[in-house]
Amino acid sequence: MKFLSMHAKFGPVTTALLSASLFVLCVAAYFTASHIRHQENPKDKIMPTIGKMWKGVENTAFKEDRKGEYRLWVDTWASAKRLGYSTLLLVLAVLLGLHMGLYPFFEAVFYRFILFFDKVPALALLPILFIIFGLGELSKVMLILLGVFPTIALDTYLRAKAVPREQIIKGRTLGAGSAKITYGVVLPQIMPDVLNTIRLNFKAMVLFLIAGESLAATAGLGYRIFVVRRYIAMEIIIPYVLWMSLLAFVADLLVRLWIKKRYAWYQAH
Amino acid sequence: MNDTNPMLHLEDVYMRYPSRDGTPITILNDIDLKVRQGEFITVVGPSGCGKSTLLRLILGAESPTEGAVLLDGKKLDAPNRNRGIVFQKYSLFPHLSVMDNIVFGLDAEAHGMFLGWLKPGQMRQRRRAFRDQAQVYLERIGLADAADKYPHELSGGMRQRVAIAQSLIMKPRILLMDEPFGALDHATRTEMQLFILEQWEQAEMTIFFVTHDLEEACFLGSRVLVLSQYYQTDAGRGQGAKIVGDFATPGGHPKPTDFLYSEEMSQLVHRIRSEGLSPDNLQHIRDFNLTHRDAFRTVNPEEWQREQ
Ligand SMILES: Nc1ncnc2c1ncn2[C@@H]1O[C@H](COP(=O)(O)OP(=O)(O)OP(=O)(O)O)[C@@H](O)[C@H]1O
Ligand SMILES: [Mg+2]
Repeated sequence: MKFLSMHAKFGPVTTALLSASLFVLCVAAYFTASHIRHQENPKDKIMPTIGKMWKGVENTAFKEDRKGEYRLWVDTWASAKRLGYSTLLLVLAVLLGLHMGLYPFFEAVFYRFILFFDKVPALALLPILFIIFGLGELSKVMLILLGVFPTIALDTYLRAKAVPREQIIKGRTLGAGSAKITYGVVLPQIMPDVLNTIRLNFKAMVLFLIAGESLAATAGLGYRIFVVRRYIAMEIIIPYVLWMSLLAFVADLLVRLWIKKRYAWYQAH
Repeated sequence: MNDTNPMLHLEDVYMRYPSRDGTPITILNDIDLKVRQGEFITVVGPSGCGKSTLLRLILGAESPTEGAVLLDGKKLDAPNRNRGIVFQKYSLFPHLSVMDNIVFGLDAEAHGMFLGWLKPGQMRQRRRAFRDQAQVYLERIGLADAADKYPHELSGGMRQRVAIAQSLIMKPRILLMDEPFGALDHATRTEMQLFILEQWEQAEMTIFFVTHDLEEACFLGSRVLVLSQYYQTDAGRGQGAKIVGDFATPGGHPKPTDFLYSEEMSQLVHRIRSEGLSPDNLQHIRDFNLTHRDAFRTVNPEEWQREQ
């Protein structure tokens, strides 16, 4: 059982094969099941064959729909914008967490509130968001933002607090003022960790995106899934889901590469 | 220099930390200390006696449970650029290269956070000057090639040397160093000792230097403080560390390196070891070696019932 030991070493090919194995297994299981279902009922909609799915992709990605739009791209762009805006607004969460961690005043005012706010299920408040921010883009951006804001703020707060006190004292003895210590000592040190947290929260953000789009939208990946779900168009839903996963995976990868490039000191730290 | 008003003045200083069960433990017990500008004070004592704690008090990072710490007759304020520190741990900023760590203070002092955006030209020019200055220090500490490395790429001893340069370049009034040479080999250590002495003479700093190496303490210091919890009073075994020795090192200062191998030196080291560092030899407080001209203490009658 050497390959199960803690010290097992695998070459690049073996590693690639091992990493691929579960993917291959899932795909094979799907098509086997799909094949069996189609033998019983050639019109089966739940588990479409490759051919049917390709048809679905072709129709949405490479053919104009009735409105003369390439649906997949329009949907992708609409969703990406919503996610992009809310990600940009997460800067506020990071700044709030940073200040809560370093300044007792901010801690006293915000900590309990954010902690409580974190436990409020944002989704349940969706109707209120629609009333306050309207049915347009803003309410969907706000839903995504509110959904992950407390998590990011609290995580940043804990990390700012965990920076050794000695570092802050050291900064003071070298003549640094509060701004320099906040943005020049603490923030850059916790930034890679904060980016990691944001990256791990992409999934939650996508969930909130889909929830928002499912209730009120005219385009968007989540919107489309909910529209075609009505006639169980799995040949569209499955490619859409895979496409969303792929995009999220790539976004995650980009952040990881950025951390590696920008924060060279971080990995070994 | 004012003889009647020493720069630093500690009187009746107690430091207690709460233990697990809530009862306070005395770490520093009635510390009295007067220090003049320009003194090179080495601090020795058993591990865990409170040397780092004493430095934190002088730094202003913590306040004493009881007693006063005065600088120029005023209550000590929060840590600032007049008092530098080389910590035992966490000595460098992990996200900055060696060069950036060293110029950090010069940079912070010369311009706030945002000058770089307002006047980039002026800032670049100053930066260059700072880097040239830092380069000189890097060469002196033998790390000229490491300027672009990050702290995690350095050995423990290299990190400490960078931390020393980082503090020294600011020429603080008081420099506190907590076992800075613990991780250095003999040759590098000797070199660094000479470097510190040279900087001390040039910048007229007051230095507190904690070390476990008694030879080093006697060689570097103009004055040696022995802090120890191994002593007894009339009330029994002592609780928490007191200054059990406070004396000037013999001869001038700085000393020639052959002092290290002198008879005087080995006697002094022997005496410190037996009086301060040995748990079996509990010196009575009336026998403490407090012969430095600035040494003083307030006596608690319970601990020492003086015969009339
Ligand atoms: N924040 C704290 N809370 C509780 N106890 C503390 C705290 N800081 C220090 N101590 C205790 O105070 C004592 C002295 O600690 P200090 O670090 O000053 O010792 P030291 O003389 O510097 O030791 P060393 O030579 O090993 O560095 C130790 O027993 C330690 O457990
Ligand atoms: Mg210590």
